[in-house]
Amino acid sequence: MATKFEEMAVVVSQKEIATDIYDLTIQTKDIAANAKAGQFISLYCNDGTKLLPRPISLCGIDREAGTLRLVYRVTGEKTGTEQFSKCKAGDEIRVLGPLGNGFELGDKKAFLIGGGIGIPPMLQLAKELNCEKTAVLGYRNELFLLEDFEAVCDTMIATEDGSAGTKGNVIDAIKANGAKADVIYACGPTPMLRALKAYAEENDMECYVSMEERMACGIGACLACVCKTKEKDHHTNVNNKRICKEGPVFNAKEVEL
Amino acid sequence: MSDIKTSVNLCGVELKNPVMVASGTFGSGEEYSEFVDLNRLGAVVTKGVANIPWPGNPTPRVAEVYGGMLNAVGLQNPGIDVFCNRDIPFLKNYDTKIIVNVCGKSTSDYLEVVERLADEPVDMLEINISCPNVKEGGIAFGQDPKLVEQITSDIKKIAKQPVIMKLSPNVTDITEMARAAEAGGADCLSLINTLTGMKIDIDRRTFVLANKTGGMSGPAIHPIAVRMVYQTAQAVKLPLIGMGGIATAEDAIEMILAGATAVSVGTANFVDPRTTIKVVEGIEAYMRKYGVKDINELVGAVHER
Repeated sequence: MATKFEEMAVVVSQKEIATDIYDLTIQTKDIAANAKAGQFISLYCNDGTKLLPRPISLCGIDREAGTLRLVYRVTGEKTGTEQFSKCKAGDEIRVLGPLGNGFELGDKKAFLIGGGIGIPPMLQLAKELNCEKTAVLGYRNELFLLEDFEAVCDTMIATEDGSAGTKGNVIDAIKANGAKADVIYACGPTPMLRALKAYAEENDMECYVSMEERMACGIGACLACVCKTKEKDHHTNVNNKRICKEGPVFNAKEVEL
Repeated sequence: MSDIKTSVNLCGVELKNPVMVASGTFGSGEEYSEFVDLNRLGAVVTKGVANIPWPGNPTPRVAEVYGGMLNAVGLQNPGIDVFCNRDIPFLKNYDTKIIVNVCGKSTSDYLEVVERLADEPVDMLEINISCPNVKEGGIAFGQDPKLVEQITSDIKKIAKQPVIMKLSPNVTDITEMARAAEAGGADCLSLINTLTGMKIDIDRRTFVLANKTGGMSGPAIHPIAVRMVYQTAQAVKLPLIGMGGIATAEDAIEMILAGATAVSVGTANFVDPRTTIKVVEGIEAYMRKYGVKDINELVGAVHER
């Protein structure tokens, strides 16, 4: 049975929710019904100069309506993400997914930690986790998706400039709030994931991180997006797991960060 | 279906059509089998395999460039043992030809793999003497005609399957390398491998790829590949497998007209996982449109006779 679907998705709505951060909802035929939190999809550009799919995480999944919510950052002028940001309701975007493993849902008291553009995938996880949970969101300065998180779980924030929440990073926010949990789910920049891995080890917590790397195929064939792992990987037996296939979510103990 | 003949004969191996995949872009077919009926391909060319597992290069390993991409994966592969136990049995489930791409750091590495494959049910060997992303072996063998001839003849002495030598475009005159491979006894040539390129991140003021350089592929290199296939077709009598930026049936037909008996789809698999099937169907449509009964009529048709 097919687990991945290539389709022409139709844009339902799109708006800019913060500087260069876009909130896009697309109608899919099969992808949404088969997707889980922590997975991603590939979006293809519509001109021949930009060949490679753009991997974008799933911020929201409505399996009944068949829609996916994607919150992504436009990375510059004339980029693929800029092209997507100009799409309006009714426009089509070719997509492939769902891709990657996604988060395993547990029942232990959880921190859902997102940094920057790593925040969006934590929202769908927050909706699906049926346990005691707190979202910890790290921003540079401009906030986005905050109300969405507040609607589904306890939320604390950190900003680099201290303009909202705790001044500093996500670990500073956890410490400032005296919060405790048994498990961390996290997505964000590598330095944040590295710090969380260390924090989890010091505090004897489980820690699952969603990783990112430049990809080409998105389905495990090209071996571009590997990360260094403790265990031998299934494909090559050389401690190189494929982020697009065995990941993007890994037990932090398992990966070098 | 029988109104046109799409099958081609590549040094004794009959392919149902001339469309195959370029090594390294398709794994051993498993990942793409969810999108592509492998039975419809002329052949599957596997990711390069060495005598032992290779971990490949550090990441980032890929970068997009205008109309193409750079890669410096560095031939990560599981080694010949896992390959023989896992990948060959997988491919044997399909009615397609199996071409194993062989890589190595030294002549003895290549020979070990070729010897190990002698009794395996594979149809052809493609010898990668043109990878620009590894420090030893690879392209080092492919840029000196004496070494090309030597390694070709060393491999031919022990190979049980027809041997394809895969040529690098990163040379002054590719026909010199083609002639050297022919002199060494090659059965077939495939060209082109990737062109060495570089991309710099102007915000970070450093290289995008951890390897600094990478092999460029994609539609942007297609005219170069067509030119090199055309030149090589005039220089040697061997059958050629043309590749380099093929994304459509039109690209494939250009390559066949330039002198390729078969063609490989590479980077375009990343752009659309069903590209190979679209190329197969597009070639058939082209043949019907122009009343071409046998695809072999097209091979090298632009050359003056």
